[in-house]
Amino acid sequence: MDVILEGILKAAQLLASLDSEVLGIAWLSLKVSGLATLFSLVIGISAGTLVALTSFPGKKILVSVVNTGMGLPPVVVGLFVSIMLWRNGPLGYLELLYTPTAIVIAQTVIATPIVMGITIGAMQNLPANLRLQILALGATRKQMVMMLVREARLPLMAGVMAGFGGVISEVGASIMVGGNVRGYTRVLTTATVMETGRGNFDIAIALSVILLLFCFAVNYILTYIQQRERPR
Amino acid sequence: MTQQQNVLDLKGLRVDRGGVPVLDIPSFSLSENEFVSLIGPNGAGKSTLLLSLLGLIKRSSGTVSYRGRQIANSADWLKVRRSIAMVLQEPLLFDATVFDNVASGLKIRGMGRGEIKSRVTSYLERFRLADMAQRSARKLSGGEARRVSLARAFAVEPEVILFDEPFANLDPPTRQALTEDMDGIIRDRGIAAILVTHDQSEALRMSQRIVVMNGGRIVQEGTPAAVMNHPVNEFVANFVGMETILEGEVVDNRDQRMTVRVAGSEIDTVGEAQLGAFVYCCIRPENVTVSLGHSEEKSSARNHFAGRVVGIATMGPFLELRLDCGFPLTAYVTRESFAELALFEGKEIFASFKATSVHVIGRRAA
Repeated sequence: MDVILEGILKAAQLLASLDSEVLGIAWLSLKVSGLATLFSLVIGISAGTLVALTSFPGKKILVSVVNTGMGLPPVVVGLFVSIMLWRNGPLGYLELLYTPTAIVIAQTVIATPIVMGITIGAMQNLPANLRLQILALGATRKQMVMMLVREARLPLMAGVMAGFGGVISEVGASIMVGGNVRGYTRVLTTATVMETGRGNFDIAIALSVILLLFCFAVNYILTYIQQRERPR
Repeated sequence: MTQQQNVLDLKGLRVDRGGVPVLDIPSFSLSENEFVSLIGPNGAGKSTLLLSLLGLIKRSSGTVSYRGRQIANSADWLKVRRSIAMVLQEPLLFDATVFDNVASGLKIRGMGRGEIKSRVTSYLERFRLADMAQRSARKLSGGEARRVSLARAFAVEPEVILFDEPFANLDPPTRQALTEDMDGIIRDRGIAAILVTHDQSEALRMSQRIVVMNGGRIVQEGTPAAVMNHPVNEFVANFVGMETILEGEVVDNRDQRMTVRVAGSEIDTVGEAQLGAFVYCCIRPENVTVSLGHSEEKSSARNHFAGRVVGIATMGPFLELRLDCGFPLTAYVTRESFAELALFEGKEIFASFKATSVHVIGRRAA
């Protein structure tokens, strides 16, 4: 029990004193995962909408692949991205391995299927005739797609939450492609793993509290928007 | 009818689904100011026909022309869709306020905000929605939602409007109120309209022409009276029902009793309509009594007409007599009565029916 209590006290001290290293790690986590979520939204919503609104042979297989991808193990992604970015790998010339950019790439790969899968589901849940009604109102194809995305905005926000929640708490890929380099690629999760391994529970707890706060804040904001948007 | 008078012309339309033809219509047109009702069983292709007119369904062959100009590409279709509004069976409102829903067609057209505001406000008032403008469309009752979807369609001030059973599953009073709202605007603005409906009296009340569809084809089209009284085959007869439908004009009305002039004869009815109003008198064949003498006994039937038997058909346990009393009339008689009266084609008879058994429905002047 002492370990935990002491740890919590120390963590509170670290947080209260705004320890610059801890803040740096937190800021990098937010930046990296935020960017990855943003990219995955752009790719996932576009691709998901495209898949949901068109029919082509193999659509069912593709949707199943995407749904499987929603539970893609981060270590597998980490391995795959590492191979791609390895010095002798296909993208080795970019020299991105063990950089924050590499983490963004890996996390985008993790979050995109989540956002895409939720987008496909959300678009397919809209009434089948809604597309016809929108076109009958005189909409162009582009206007129709925008209006459909707007109609699906509440479930799409769930996609944002799931995507961000997935990548900010992910550790396997970040450690593999980022390398947990101090002051450069060290994010909340990789730092927590390392400090726990070293027995520095106080720092680990402080980092975890920040991580939890991030997750809570993002979800709170999105829930707030959803509740406000919900019909009175 | 010349090409110029037609708003919509459809030629050689075929729609196939999975290699099976679901719609085969050699020709169909809608003229200026015309109101056409499309009736037929589920799966007859009524909705598919409406969607084809908007280019919202893949055609195997066929052309659609709008005001004489054949629609050739997607830019043409967009233009046409901005002149034609469509109301589907479900209200399909957007997850937004009532105001924004009614404004949606105008926003799509890129109308300015001020103009949208005044246009939407006037249509909200017209459809008695003004007090719920800021309410979420998700919180509306079934009837209110339909009204919003009607207001949304009319707000773009279309030249043609297509209705795909817009009042299905509504209670009769709501249905009646909505029908009246819709009918009023259509007449005011001279909008041409096609209505898919299952309600025969709705079709009678509003349309100048009825089109009966079955199995993806048009089986009969004509004025309501023509289709109802002279069905071309058994399918149409069964579908439109057996009632005699007579076109008439109200020539007298007092104390909820009306006299309607039909083809030179006067029929006593109950109900209220304005003097000079055009109406249909609907008389069910089971309510028509056939006798040989005129007034051998007193009866409560107010209407007596001398006529002639012009057709006899067996209908299971009874017979259907087609009578000519100066206007067509259909009567059912049992085999016993048929034998007792010694009826045959050409025999002179008297037909009588009560004023209360005449169902009067308003109609548009042809």
